[in-house]
Amino acid sequence: MCRSQPTSWLGRSQDCLKLATRRETARLQTTQDPKLHTQARRIRKDELAARNYRLAASFPLFLLLIMVVGFFLRTQPLLEHSSVWEILSGMQWRPSAGEFGLLTFISGTLSVTLLALLLAAPLCMLTSLFLVEYAKRRALTAILPAIDLLAGIPSVVYGVWGLLVIVPLVPQISGFVQPWLGSIPLFAANNPTGYSILSGGIVLAVMISPIIISVSIEVLRSVPDGLRHGSLALGATRWQTIKKVVLPRAMPGLIAAIVMGLSRAFGETLAVMMVVGNTPLIPRSIFDPGYPLTALIANNYGEMMSIPLYDSALMGAALLLLVIVIIFNLGAALVLIRANRRAQV
Amino acid sequence: MKKRWTLAHLEDRAMRTIMQLASLVLVGVLAAILVTIFIRGLPFLDLDLITKTPQGGFFLGGEGGILNAIVGSLLLAGGGTLLALFISLPIAFGINVYTGASRLASLLRMALDVLWGIPSLVYGAFGFTIMIAFGMRASLGAGILVLTLLQIPIMVRSMDEVMRMVPSELSQAAYSLGATRLEAAWSVLVRQALPGLVTAVLLAFGRGIGDAASVLFTAGFSDRIPTSLASPSASLPLAVFFQLGSPFPEVRGNGYATALVLTVLILFISMLSRFLARRLSRNVIR
Repeated sequence: MCRSQPTSWLGRSQDCLKLATRRETARLQTTQDPKLHTQARRIRKDELAARNYRLAASFPLFLLLIMVVGFFLRTQPLLEHSSVWEILSGMQWRPSAGEFGLLTFISGTLSVTLLALLLAAPLCMLTSLFLVEYAKRRALTAILPAIDLLAGIPSVVYGVWGLLVIVPLVPQISGFVQPWLGSIPLFAANNPTGYSILSGGIVLAVMISPIIISVSIEVLRSVPDGLRHGSLALGATRWQTIKKVVLPRAMPGLIAAIVMGLSRAFGETLAVMMVVGNTPLIPRSIFDPGYPLTALIANNYGEMMSIPLYDSALMGAALLLLVIVIIFNLGAALVLIRANRRAQV
Repeated sequence: MKKRWTLAHLEDRAMRTIMQLASLVLVGVLAAILVTIFIRGLPFLDLDLITKTPQGGFFLGGEGGILNAIVGSLLLAGGGTLLALFISLPIAFGINVYTGASRLASLLRMALDVLWGIPSLVYGAFGFTIMIAFGMRASLGAGILVLTLLQIPIMVRSMDEVMRMVPSELSQAAYSLGATRLEAAWSVLVRQALPGLVTAVLLAFGRGIGDAASVLFTAGFSDRIPTSLASPSASLPLAVFFQLGSPFPEVRGNGYATALVLTVLILFISMLSRFLARRLSRNVIR
């Protein structure tokens, strides 16, 4: 017989098991048989470990909660001073005058991230499709370690590369496209230096591509070969197989891969700061400089205690980053879960 | 038999070429990064740079090296990794052995994935807030603590993936012989997953060394090698960043060399993890 108490997070069956074990342990402890006594000690040890390890396992949830609540509490003074809408849509960033509009910085972050995504996502998808579907197995196994290695290279190194190669290159690109696209505001050249949204976008795109590729290759490889063979046996070309069989199946995973890259790009600090110009203006063209949220926080944290509400505003910016990344990741996780459920049906 | 060329074949060929081009561009750019770092960094790399701490006016083109940053980075990442390991292994056990395939386990995994995605800058700002609340100054200890937080999700998620790969029959065999879950976890699961666990630890170590934004807030920067947990510590990524901000070409050159040192360190860690994983996979039953 087993009465299960409604405990918070143990399953019902585990509860029963626990009760049974406890009774068994109690029985064993009363015996004088030394062999059984050792057994009781081992079971007790396991129970103790179960409690501690489960407690440890809840740490990530607590950490997440504490971070969100902590940042929120630190942002509270600012929210009493001005409304959320005022902060998010305000163009003026003048801490000494008590104006904390983040729109300039939000637009900087968004434009750099979006550009990085536009550059990286198609290239990475094509590359991982090529490596998995067309290239020889040996080429794939040779290239995978290299990609994992590149994913581990610190972002500062990508920033150095951007500073050495991309920043000098951007004015040339700008000069090259001006005759054709110069009349479109998005490509207008108002900035003679290479420190621009485009530089930031390129550096980020290159930085996140090893991550996206390595995850997408894993996703594509998990598509069963039988599906491919079936399609090919019906006379479909490789591309038709990709289009009609592989991609629909792998799509959620690929989206998750891109979201992973996106959140890396979103929160990147130093590599972007090095090349993006850090001019607090809303960028109108990809050749304009920008000022991302991350750079704002990193550049100003030193003096944030000097002006009232300044620290609150910077922590608000951090909270904004945190919330957006959490939304991204939860969204990707939900897409994956739904896809898995559909695949099982 | 002659092959009939249909539109589908043409499309296949065209897409294949496009994919090939995309791969070439991407692989080329990625290779070019390493080449650039090596070519620009090597001329400035000498023994002084990696064996001396900055002397007076190092950031104005003076004498000295970046030993403070090398040692600082190793201490920060090493301490963080050690702490994270002690916290991550119980978490991974808790998820894998004691929660099983329940809803809770997938919730915890999701939380870890979200934590992994949180920018290091946010971890840094979080650490900074806590430091201010306790009246602490930027120090090696604070840097280590924040890196620990940053490394835990990386380590746990990678460990978790490896532990899931271990066939459950092995653990069940241990249970059937009378082993408790704890005993089975330590003597079967850990031994089976050891190569993957080592890779996970080294992956987290590499992330710790390369991370700049979190350390910027919490460990500060110093020209001296830290003597205690309470003294501020330099780190390689920040050394690169500060040196590149200098108007002196010589100091910028040292920055390129520092970036090269950092890259080589990461490459070495990556090779080491590959080597160890192969070495340790000898007692894995497949």
